[in-house]
This record gives sequence, structure tokens and C-alpha cells, in this order.
Amino acid sequence: MQNPYLPYPVRIDEIITETEDKSLKTFKFVFLNASDEDKFTYESGQFGELSIAGLGEIPIGIASSPVEKGFIKFTVFKTGKVTSYLHAMKEGDIMGVRGPLGHPFPWETLEGKNIVIIGGGFAFTTLRSSIISILDPANRSKFKDIHVIYGARAPGMLLYKEELAEWAQRDDINMNITVDGTDDPDWKYLTGFVPTITEQKAPPGNDDTYAIICGPPIMIKFTQPVLDNLGYSHDNIIMSLENRMKCGIGICGRCNIGKEFVCKDGPVFTLSQLNNMPKEY
Amino acid sequence: MSKPNPRLIKMKEYTEKIREIAKRLLNDGIVDMVIGFRKGTLPMMNQPHIATCTDSADELMWDSNCGLNLANYVTDRKEKIGIVAKGCDSRNLVTHVIENKIKRDQLYIIGIPCSGMIDHHKITAMFDTDITSVKESGESITISGNDFSKKLIKQDVLCENCAACTHRNPVEYDELVADLVEEQTDVDPYESVTEIESMDAEEKWNYFEDLISPCIRCYACRNACPLCYCPTCFVDESTPQWVGKSQDPIDVRTFHLLRAFHCAGRCTDCGACERVCPMGIKIREFTKKLNKDCLELYGWEAGLSLDERPPLDTFKTDDPDEFIK
Amino acid sequence: MKLIKIDQQNWNTGIEKAKSAYRVFGPVKEKNDYEFKVLGTNEMPDLNFRNTRLSPKSIIYPQSQVMFTYSIDETKDDCRIMKEVENVTSPMAIIGVRPCDALSFPIVRRNFDTPEYQDTYWIKAYEATTFVGLACNSACDTCFCTSAGTGPFGEKGLDVLIIKDGDDFYTKIITPKGEAFAESAGWGKKEQTDITAKIKELKTAAEASVSSTVSTDKLKNKTILDLYDAPFWEEEAFACINCGTCTYVCPTCWCFDVQDETHGKSGIRMRNWDSCMFPLFTHHASGHNPRNNKHERVRQRFMHKLKYYVDKYDSGIQCVGCGRCIRLCPVNIDIRKICDKMNNFDTESCKCEATSS
Repeated sequence: MQNPYLPYPVRIDEIITETEDKSLKTFKFVFLNASDEDKFTYESGQFGELSIAGLGEIPIGIASSPVEKGFIKFTVFKTGKVTSYLHAMKEGDIMGVRGPLGHPFPWETLEGKNIVIIGGGFAFTTLRSSIISILDPANRSKFKDIHVIYGARAPGMLLYKEELAEWAQRDDINMNITVDGTDDPDWKYLTGFVPTITEQKAPPGNDDTYAIICGPPIMIKFTQPVLDNLGYSHDNIIMSLENRMKCGIGICGRCNIGKEFVCKDGPVFTLSQLNNMPKEY
Repeated sequence: MSKPNPRLIKMKEYTEKIREIAKRLLNDGIVDMVIGFRKGTLPMMNQPHIATCTDSADELMWDSNCGLNLANYVTDRKEKIGIVAKGCDSRNLVTHVIENKIKRDQLYIIGIPCSGMIDHHKITAMFDTDITSVKESGESITISGNDFSKKLIKQDVLCENCAACTHRNPVEYDELVADLVEEQTDVDPYESVTEIESMDAEEKWNYFEDLISPCIRCYACRNACPLCYCPTCFVDESTPQWVGKSQDPIDVRTFHLLRAFHCAGRCTDCGACERVCPMGIKIREFTKKLNKDCLELYGWEAGLSLDERPPLDTFKTDDPDEFIK
Repeated sequence: MKLIKIDQQNWNTGIEKAKSAYRVFGPVKEKNDYEFKVLGTNEMPDLNFRNTRLSPKSIIYPQSQVMFTYSIDETKDDCRIMKEVENVTSPMAIIGVRPCDALSFPIVRRNFDTPEYQDTYWIKAYEATTFVGLACNSACDTCFCTSAGTGPFGEKGLDVLIIKDGDDFYTKIITPKGEAFAESAGWGKKEQTDITAKIKELKTAAEASVSSTVSTDKLKNKTILDLYDAPFWEEEAFACINCGTCTYVCPTCWCFDVQDETHGKSGIRMRNWDSCMFPLFTHHASGHNPRNNKHERVRQRFMHKLKYYVDKYDSGIQCVGCGRCIRLCPVNIDIRKICDKMNNFDTESCKCEATSS
């Protein structure tokens, strides 16, 4: 019996400050024990519990893709006790990771389909993982058209700016990068809220087209009617929820919405499933 | 026959009067709700009840098992509220008004001259089998089970705080349900405090360690207390975390001692904390000491008047204490 | 299954003998009520009790449990690396578990022992424990075990069932663990079938004495959203003071919180019981709280016990009818009343009636 509460020890290999206000940093972790890396086999959409002894644990979506070997990446927003401490840590420091936890996006169902990825703010982390997985030569042919709509408040608040720019050059993915507003004369992408851009750029919904949405509640609230109008069925709209978690493995009882545990039965749910669950999130 | 004998008070009359007042207040639109008690599903237990219409007002009742402090339910509410209050409850309502937790003009206080609540922990411990009914009649209480029936004298099984209560009548009210009762004068609410004060330091330490050893950190005592209304209690604070969450005796001790000090000068000895503790801990041993100190140092008893600020809340330039100089 | 009859003398010597192979727990009168405690030398379980105040869940699953230790000494190699605590898993035996409490263990096991994850702490402690139950010859007013999937002579979750009749202990040995316990207690293995009729007589009388029932037959057929949106929650939740009493005394409640505590250069990661009744239970770091209101928390508790668990595991309610929450709730919120309300809730006419007491 493996103790599911025991974190794998990891070393911080690299820290990148993603946003101009320094509230978001991407941490690259390397496992201290190679055998732990083998056990940590994950798919895009899953999350891990980052564990700092003396502080606690936080559930964070995995930003790296399984096709990236030798490390795992997480992008963390500084908001509380554990995240503040993590932001102050240095490359070379030791901490722990538990996982992979939760259900990934439904990759089997998505094979052979068009995928529209819609993200806002710092909820884009597992979407980065998804995009890298999809674009990998071994995987790209499994999917049809890929559209991405990603927005942040301002250019300086976008995550993964270099990668976004690279993807924008590719012809096997339609990137729509937007900001709410900017004074930057060199801004070469779009301006407008995510729901507005979705209305303009997303392909019409049909049986072969799925939308994956990750973002703050306000963005989802206004994007969903847009997708409804475009004809997306609620079975084809995939979302990833957040909730307060502790164990991450469906045992401590904290994160339930109805009879589902967000950590174990989710965090990925279709909108059809969510429609039948209490609105307790 | 100058003053009514408190022991002949009929609970049935109280019940009828409360219902009549409640229905009148609701029908006339004077209040949005009336908070009182309704009959519970167990003998000696009643449930705090909120009546918003005539039908639910008919569920209101009163007997000697109404020991919870209903002032606990009005904190920070915005509506006009009719509330049933005995002596201690009314003093907590006064404290609430002084502490800005409710406005006086939001409240219609239905005053209950009280002859004391019975101690259901004490009575349950007297019998080996289930108690199926408890009937009051004047000064006696009949406890019955499947195969027994015993008559007790109500005075003998009152809650400890009720037996020594000197503020049985409501101090602030809009209407009374019955005539005022005689206040007790030959009682000492601080008898056990004096006993503990005479112990030496080690005895006191052991006494209190033993007292709180069964504590399971359920916080029923804190949550039943009208004084404990901090948005985030100090034991729940996490940044920074002041108190640990485990059963470490240091943390359990910190919780009880600090909470008692937070209630100093404000506690009315309503006994709700002891009534609700699932482990039967005599929580009032902490607060009674602080009440006695406030009385001796400042001549202060909490919640007796809307016009006086508590001594720990204010200062006078002619304060006899040295610290002000 | 073996049936044997033990007399008082053999019972006493047997319990004492068993202590050399097991840590033996039994009901002991503490201050003003009974609790399960480790029995010392010559200390006997006091079986003159209705039930213990706190449930025996704390024997398998203590209120405060250390999971890991760590050092934050940066000069050490193992700085910030979590180390598992060596759990004590020597055999334990709990004497005098009532059938309601016994059923709670298989119910709770579904949470801690899943195909995907196994809570090693709970499982190891549970598997090291032998449950020696005591049948109830008569029920309390607050017992509704027969509505909750067991009964006063119920055997679910037990390794041995004792039926006390005066100074006689009719003993049903149910599982191999039970056999091992009987063996170590030195009790005879003689089959005695002439007490079967006697046991049946006592059982019938005990079951007839259960006066409290709740209806649970329609819970499964209602939708979660219908019950969730029912109009009675605010009124039923009014009296609640959001303490943790019901969840802490309940044998089938299991929620916990994980915390690190550091003293100097070393620390522990521990778990403590937590309660969905506490306002901060679901509080997010952002400040958002999906259950900010009292009635939402009260609703969560009853929906979890009487609906979510029912749907998730298809094996009845997450309640064993022990009655502790009813007796100890300071404001008399009664799960029987709420269960009936939920079971009889009629969405069409928006009417709900409590049918039993």
C-alpha cells in the first residue's frame, strides 16, 4: 500500500516570473529520485499538490506536458500563506509534490475532433500543457482543427509570452491572443474581452467540435452564452473547477460538490454534468 | 399577597402570552420575525425557533428548559425582531446594543420574568434508563421513564447559575409576559470561585487542567455565547496562526483562557456555554472568576443599563488605579 | 459461525488473558459518562452502559494524528523532506462495541479504502482491530438502528457478538479474527445450539423495543437538485450554532484537516478532525466561500449523510442510528425529523411532512 499523503521530494530547478506585477511565477521541478518521476505519469488537465514542509500544501494545475521529459512545471499565483512562501524560495530549494491527481481532459473523446481552447488570466496553466501535448508531432495528427482564445487584463499579465508568440507563427493552430485593453502601440494581437473574441473567432459548434474552458467565474459566466449561441451542446463544453482542497485524493471530504469530489471525480467536468450538480462553487 | 410567589408561575400562561404577543406583533407589522423557542423532540430540550407568520407563531412556547441565550441569534441582523428574553438574555441584548451589534429600535423585547431553568445534564445523570417525559407543575417537576416516575423539587435541580441568579427579571423590555418576580438576595454566585481562589498555584493548575481535559474543540461554548461574534475567531485565524488545532493541552488551555478574557466585563452568566458543552465541562469556572473580578475592581455587572459603557471599554481621569497616572 | 456460552468468571479471565495478545479497549465510566479506554491490568470493561458519549471511531482514527515528521534545518540533507511516521499497528480489540457503532466502520471504510487510493493510516489501524460487540437488549428512545441498516443484534462490522443475559455471555464468533480473539481469551470452542432459541427470543424483544424509526425508502429516487433546492433548509437550520458537536460525536463522519506545526527546527504534518459545520471549512484563499451561509452548511451535512452517500455507494444512508447527535446537539436539531422531511419531500406540491418522531 503506497501512502498517498507522502510527497515526492523535488528540487526547484528554475523560477520564471511570468507577469509584470510578479504575482505569477512558473516553477520547474526536478524529482530527487528518478523512480518517482516514473510514478508521476500524468495527462494534461491533471493537477498536483505542491507541498512545503512547515507550511502546507496547495493544489495547482500541471502546466508542463507529459511530452516534456525530465521535469514538471507549475505556474503559481501568490495569494496565501503557502504561495507567498513558495514565491520567496530559490532555485535549488527542496520541497515536495504529490500526484498526479484528478481526471485529465477527456483526451480519448477528443481524438478526431476540433478543439477550441478558451482561457483567461492565470487559469491557462493546464491549457498550456494541453497545447504542447496536442502540438507534439506524435499527437498532432490525432486532432483536427485547434483554436485557442486566451486573454488577460494587459500584455504584461499574459503567461508564457514566448511560447504564445511561437504558436502564433504556426499554421497548425489558430491563436487568438487578446487583452482587455492596452496603450502599447506595439501590441500586435487582439483587444477585447475573452467572451467577445470567442464570439468573433470561435468556430460554430457541432458534434465534432469541443470547447475546453478554464478561467475566472466571471469570464465563464459571459462566455457560456456565447458558446450556446454558436451551437455548442453542453456535453461538448468541458470545464475545470477549483475548490478548497486538502488531501487531493477524495478522502478528507472538503471539496465535494454534491456527490462529486472536485479533486478526485473532477476537476474536469462537462457542462452537462455541472448542470446536474448543486451550484456550490 | 403583595408579590407573586415565583414558584406558582404557570408555564402554560407564559406560553399563551408569548404566542399572543408574537401574533400581534407580526400581524401589525411591528416586527419581521419573532425569535423564541419551540418544543423539542427530546424531554428537556427546546429548539430556538423563528416565527414569521401566525402559524409558526403558534409553535412558540416557554418552560423551564429554555436556557439557551437567544441574543445569540440577533447579532448583525438588519430586520425588526421580536425576541423573547429572560433576565440574562436581556442583559446580553443590552450589551449587543452597546457594542453596535444590533440597534435598540430594531428590537421588540418580550420580557420573561424567570424563575430559573432546570439542569438537564444533572437530571439525566440521576437516572439509569431513558427519561420519556418531564412535566412541570408549580414548584415540582415529575420525571418519568418507561418503568419509573419521580417527583423532584424544581429548586433542587436548577442550573447552578440560575440557583444563584440575582437578575431574574429582564432589565430592558418592551412588554412583559407576566408580573416581575422577586429577585434573590441571599445567594452567592461566586461560591466556587472563592473556593478556587483559596487553592495554591499547583492545586489551581491541576484543577483547571482536569476541568478542560475532556474538551474536543467543538466550539459549542463559543458559538452559543452571544458575546462571541468575531468574524474570524482567534482560534480560526491562519495568517498568522495563533493557536494550534490539535488536542495539545497547551492549545486547549489557550483557547479557554483567552476566550474567558475576551468575555471579561461582558459575561452575564447565562450558562449557555455549560448547557451546550457535549462533554459536560463546567466552562463557567473561567468566566465567573472574571465576573467577580469586574465586580470587585470596578463595581461592574454587564448589561444592566443601556446608558453605561463597560469599564474595560472606557476610562475616567479620576480612576483610582495607578496605571492611568 | 460458532455459538458458545461463557459465564462471568470465564469472561473475566478471558478478557484479562486477551490483554497479552491485544491492546484491549472497553467502556469505562469517566467523570459523568462512558468512554472507550485502554483497559489496564485487572481492569474490566464496564458493560452496564447504554452507549459511550464519543464513538469508538477515535480508536482507529484519532482526533489528532501525526502523519509525517520533517526537519527545517538547512544544514541537514533531509531538510524539508517528509518522513512517514511509524504507525503503531499492534493488534487491538474493542470490547462492547454496539451494533450501530460496529456498522459505522464498514461505512467509513468505503471512504478511506478506495480502488485508487488507500489511506494507509486508517486501513492499517482498522485491519489490526478485532471488534467484539455487545448486543442491545433494549433500545434507547433516540436509537433508530433498524432504519439505518442494522439492529440491536446486528452483526455487520463485528468479529464477535456478545449477547448478555444476566451473568451469561452468549457469544457468536463470526469471523476468523473473532476466532483468534476467542482463542487468545481461552474460551471453549464447544458448539452450543441450545441457546439459539434463547438468543432469538432476546433479539425479537430487543427489535420490538426500537421505538424510533425514520423513513429512507424514497431518498434514492429523488434528484440531488430537488432536495438541494428544497425550501425547508433555512427554517431547519435557524437554530444551528455551527459548532462541531454532531460531526465529532458521529461515528460515520470522517472529514479532516491537514496542518503542519513546526517547533524550532523540526515539525510534524498532522491531521485533525474537521467539520463541515465550521464556517471556514470551504473558505478559499481568494476569500470566496461557497458555503458562506449557515443553512448551506447545515444542508451539506444532511445531504451528504442522507443523499450524496446514498447515491455514491448504493448501500444505504451514511448514518447508523446511534442517536448521539440527537442527544448532544445543543439546539435540538434532530436528524430523524430532517430525514423524514427529505424522504417525504414532494416537489410537485412543494409540501413536506415529517411523519415520525
